[in-house]
Amino acid sequence: MTEHDIELSVNGTTHELTVESRTLLVHALRDELGYTGTNVGCESSTCGACTVHLDGDAVKSCTLLAVQADGAEIGTVEGLAEDGSYAPIQEGFQKEHGLQCGYCTPGMMLAADDLLERNPDPDEDEIREAIEGNLCRCTGYQNIVNAVEFAANEMGETASPEMTAADGGGDD
Amino acid sequence: MGIETIEADDLDVESVLGSAVERREDPSLITGEAEYTDDIQRPNMAHMSVLRSQYGHATINGVDTSDAEAMDGVIGVYTADDLDVPGEVPTGWLLDSLKTPAHPLLAGETARYQGDGIAVAVAEERYIASDAVDAIDVDYDRRDAVTDPKEAVNEGAPVVHDDLDDNTAFDWEIGDADETDAAFDEAAHTAEIDLTNQRLIPNAMEPRATVAEYKPGTEELEVHMTSQNPHLHRQLMSGVLDVPEHKLHIVAPNVGGGFGNKIGHYPDEALASWCAKETERPVKWTATRSESYLTGTHGRDHVTHGELAMDEKGVITGMRVKTYAGMGAYLSTFAPAVPTYLYGTLLSGQYDIPAIHCNVVGAFTNSAPVDAYRGAGRPEALYAVERMITLGAREMGMDPAEFRRQNFVPSDDFPHQTPVAVEYDSGDYEPALDKALEAVGYDDLRERQEELREEGRYLGIGFSSYIEACGLAPSELAGQLGAQAGLWESGLVRVHPTGKVTAFCGTSGHGQGHETTYAQIVSDELGIPYDDIEIVEGDTDEIPQGMGTYGSRSAAVGGSALATSSQKVVEKAKKIAAHQLEASEEDIEFENGEFAVAGAPERSMHIQDVAAQSYLAHDMPDGIEPGLEETSFYDPDNFVFPFGTHIAVVEVDPDTGEIEFENYVAVDDVGPQINPKIVEGQVHGGVAQGIGQALYEGAEYDDNAQLVTGSMQDYTVPKAEHIPTMETDSTVTPSPHNPLGVKGVGEAGTIAAPQAVVNAVTDALQPFDVDHIDMPLTGEAVWRAVNDAPDAGAEGGDEAIADGSGIDEDGGEN
Repeated sequence: MTEHDIELSVNGTTHELTVESRTLLVHALRDELGYTGTNVGCESSTCGACTVHLDGDAVKSCTLLAVQADGAEIGTVEGLAEDGSYAPIQEGFQKEHGLQCGYCTPGMMLAADDLLERNPDPDEDEIREAIEGNLCRCTGYQNIVNAVEFAANEMGETASPEMTAADGGGDD
Repeated sequence: MGIETIEADDLDVESVLGSAVERREDPSLITGEAEYTDDIQRPNMAHMSVLRSQYGHATINGVDTSDAEAMDGVIGVYTADDLDVPGEVPTGWLLDSLKTPAHPLLAGETARYQGDGIAVAVAEERYIASDAVDAIDVDYDRRDAVTDPKEAVNEGAPVVHDDLDDNTAFDWEIGDADETDAAFDEAAHTAEIDLTNQRLIPNAMEPRATVAEYKPGTEELEVHMTSQNPHLHRQLMSGVLDVPEHKLHIVAPNVGGGFGNKIGHYPDEALASWCAKETERPVKWTATRSESYLTGTHGRDHVTHGELAMDEKGVITGMRVKTYAGMGAYLSTFAPAVPTYLYGTLLSGQYDIPAIHCNVVGAFTNSAPVDAYRGAGRPEALYAVERMITLGAREMGMDPAEFRRQNFVPSDDFPHQTPVAVEYDSGDYEPALDKALEAVGYDDLRERQEELREEGRYLGIGFSSYIEACGLAPSELAGQLGAQAGLWESGLVRVHPTGKVTAFCGTSGHGQGHETTYAQIVSDELGIPYDDIEIVEGDTDEIPQGMGTYGSRSAAVGGSALATSSQKVVEKAKKIAAHQLEASEEDIEFENGEFAVAGAPERSMHIQDVAAQSYLAHDMPDGIEPGLEETSFYDPDNFVFPFGTHIAVVEVDPDTGEIEFENYVAVDDVGPQINPKIVEGQVHGGVAQGIGQALYEGAEYDDNAQLVTGSMQDYTVPKAEHIPTMETDSTVTPSPHNPLGVKGVGEAGTIAAPQAVVNAVTDALQPFDVDHIDMPLTGEAVWRAVNDAPDAGAEGGDEAIADGSGIDEDGGEN
């Protein structure tokens, strides 16, 4: 089996590792590097439990080869909180009871973060559409939608003063 | 936005019970710190993969493992011949007529369903174990197969177990057949239905997994596994592998959902454990999703004929039900209980029905074993009941809400003895119905339905007034019904010398938030701050004993066990406090953690200080041992019976069969709520699974017993866009027989929702004379029902047929 030396930057830390051609990114992250917050649910890109950020975009790491991610910046759930404080999306999930068993949650939060990056003020339909590639069997999605709305509001509130300073009063 | 959560810092012991405090489980789950079974690594760990039968029914002439064994990185390949242990998966519930054919860990001569294990490979790496399995050559002779439970018991059907005469697993009945027949003889009106309650795949997001490690020095086998009931798994696996129970340590770490699918004892976890012992290496096995679909237990799978007898005023006088229930190829752990004692006993629903008779024939089929899936028997019962009730109302020309109300068990008739063995503990059904009617604006809705029909739009309102039975008990009764286990729960409350508390419970949560709700219970009972209390579950070496989490039993039975142990702690602490305060025990009052002398509140002592004194033990009352911890084994007097009314409001497009939700209202009475936010979450999730069954889900096998819906791409687990925003509300009728008055909520939504949705769709399609459509109500199924209806030409029907010419090619969205 051919092997490849690759470099992955995960949550800002650079790792060099050797993988087989067939090694999936999710297995490289979990089994080789120990980032076990990213879960495997279906191995077919359907459930989204394995969602990570790859150079800023949400992708399913169960159907991406590790070698394809060579040189990429990977973001996982372990990198969401900064300096000991939760990211708005994490806060939203906790405040709104957006999780039960928690297995889909890392992927769900990364998919939602990707949405909020593109659309800082999504409505309910937009949120439901954005997470259609992420399955949750516990919550019925209602409190996940609330969690994403919470995060959007939180980010809007923290973003507004900065925008006021930088952009002279932009408003969303 | 629903119920607002509060932070733990804002809790006080006076109001801790009933507070919507944020879950303490969340921090580790939202940061990736939580450890699920597949996250576990052990030094020198090997990986197991299972070769599964590719056919639904086949004779195995030989298994050639030589190529696999020769592969680099392969440690061992094993077949049924290699297993040197008793190795028969036991059945945990027996019925008088039950046949219990052997369920070996690996199939030897016959594969009885697609996915039946034939061999296992253990290798250095995950991928190599899979490669090894692919290299095993099996010589099969395919055989005819049967998967439909009704066809399976027909004469001439292929027989799943050669040592049995036929596929009848059991023939069971409940209720009085003669009285019921008499009710039908005298009935002024009857309604009847033929329905299937389709086979479902539970789909916990985390697939099953095991990490097993054998320690030769201590002869201990440590197994981390995705379990809803580690103690039960320990007891059963001890027999399967012939490992003494005290040398078997089972841990359920974080478990990513269960829904019944992680109750049973499967071959795979035992095989991984056997391999760990055999190879003297830690061994991990993790199911792929397709393995989960093939071999994880499925749910439901009923074919039912039901009849309702009524007098001239629409008062129900009798119910008769005949059901064929698929068991799959083998009896899973609690499989025989699900379509019998968890089904037939609920057929009275919320109604005062004098005579009921139910006959259930269990059938072996060439398919994955069927066992509990969220609701387990009760959704099947309530679906049948509420579909019959709806047709009864239609037969009588009565409003479905008023027909229900007229037949409800009256609020002054509790406890209520049903004709199907169970006695409902408490209930008050009309307030929940009224709340739901008000929430949907029922009177206006009916008017709007009329107006819309004139515009060719079809609005439907569907009712589900459901009953649920959870916390199955007492153990003596369970034993009489065939359970091979007691159904008590254990709780240990340990107050440490510093006044902090660790409480242990034998339930095993996997998303329900027990660490939060149990801490609320213990805090309330002891008057010790919530943050001073730690909850431990899921580890057989730490927790005295346990029966696990299923059947919505955790709050009612596990919570009551912790409440009872806490009360014992208070009792002992009171003796110590009285001694130290130099007062008689009768003069000591206890409130919010403080023991005070009656009439002299300044003479008081906090329970956390009593704890310190109990361990110092310098000045104890006579006859009282040092320390402050108590255990209870709580065995309830009865089940608890939550109830409620759900109403679905949908619009159906008869031209395309598409269904759109306008509203979904859930009014549930689960007794007093320990944490209303967690209750709300359970209702949401339960309803979503019920809607999944109603509209999207269904496991299908083809004629060769191949699972056609073998992946998530072929089986629709509802997505966010499929589930409507729900409105939840509640009434509160405490259970009279447990210390908390609580009932249970884990399964309520799943039990309530399917019939609310199907009743709504058939209500919408009343102008087309559509009485029933079998679930899932896909676009195609609805379109066909409209176009095949006997009266398809009437009213709106013409248009549907005229426009429908090409629609069956894609038949809607699913």
